[in-house]
Amino acid sequence: MAAGTGPLEHPAQQDYERRLIQRIGDGEHEAFYELIRPYERRVYAAALALLRNDADAEDCAQEAVLKAFQNIRQFRSEAKFSTWLIQIAINEARMRRRKQRTDLIEPIEKDQGQEGTYVPREFADWREIPSETLERKEVREKLAEALSSIGQIYREVFVLRDMEHLSIDETAKALGISTASVKTRLLRARLMLRDLLTPGLGGPWSKDLSFAKGAKPW
Amino acid sequence: MVVNCEHVWREVSNYLDGEADAELRAAIEEHLRGCKHCTAVVDGMRNVVQLYGDERMMEVPLGFSRRLHQRLEGDMSRSRRTFLGWAVVAAASIFIAGGIEVARSSVFSRPGLRSEHARTSNRVPPDMMVIVADDGKTFHVAGCPFIHDKARLRTIPAYEAEQQGYAPCVRCMKKYLDATASSHRWHEMSDKDATLG
Repeated sequence: MAAGTGPLEHPAQQDYERRLIQRIGDGEHEAFYELIRPYERRVYAAALALLRNDADAEDCAQEAVLKAFQNIRQFRSEAKFSTWLIQIAINEARMRRRKQRTDLIEPIEKDQGQEGTYVPREFADWREIPSETLERKEVREKLAEALSSIGQIYREVFVLRDMEHLSIDETAKALGISTASVKTRLLRARLMLRDLLTPGLGGPWSKDLSFAKGAKPW
Repeated sequence: MVVNCEHVWREVSNYLDGEADAELRAAIEEHLRGCKHCTAVVDGMRNVVQLYGDERMMEVPLGFSRRLHQRLEGDMSRSRRTFLGWAVVAAASIFIAGGIEVARSSVFSRPGLRSEHARTSNRVPPDMMVIVADDGKTFHVAGCPFIHDKARLRTIPAYEAEQQGYAPCVRCMKKYLDATASSHRWHEMSDKDATLG
């Protein structure tokens, strides 16, 4: 089963990355390709989570990788390269959102005072879904659609934590928020996604998914 | 310890992440044995985490990697040319002005704070990427509504921003400043604190 298969970041890998970074710093720029290879998809996914547009996300991911290259000498070895890189991508995507004034179109949802108030709406029995389901394009599309329909503050926490497999602390640092906020938003994101997907994944996929009809009021 | 449905919904995320303590965990599991609704919530959330956590959810557009490498290649060759250009300029400067004068130049010395009213903090994580504007005095978290000059922004590590004389924004960097302020008031900060160290 391929679930939860984030890139492995064992100490040995971090050592290897440190050596690559040293080589890049010494002028062997080509070593950078090897350094970023395991993280290319993660950088794109982080950008897409915030920008929700393939072309913007690709450009943003490229820009983030370029910035990482240009600033590689400033990377401090006690940090994880992957976290540093994702953080650059998140900053770049946020800056683009501001330039595009997307934040005005998608109102920033406040999560203050909402801790624990989210009540699940769907109680259909949802048994284990085999990960093979993800081979089906329409399943991946439905998951992506559900993710893009939740508020940005929830989406970015969910993507960093559950897709990028960052720790709670790393997620908090990357987004500049407290660990308590990460936990609150993560709970809400997971509950909302479960509610959005239960009608489809609890039974066969159909066109009358509740979120496709816009029945969910958030 | 006995928990009700609402309690389970509040803790379900921590429970799945293994962050609930042993007592809470046992209480949730006891509750789940008798509550079909909460069992459906936990099962569904577990599926959500597993499905989205699968690498297949991170699809990239066809040719993404190739285009990325092409752009990198262009940047690398440009930076080599720039480096050569600067090397020539630097050599000329050393020849003309002498090594001692160059060492004293602003390139090598650290400027003072851009704002005399700025508050400094040594608690901002040094490698945190922050936003600065060329004409600004403070550095920010991306998205801070108080960024000074929106047209000319740069993303650099916090320690570099501090080296360049930028001070942390009192709004978006508040948590780092508050931590400093709690140990000693701002106006009581010593001269040592008020200069960048």
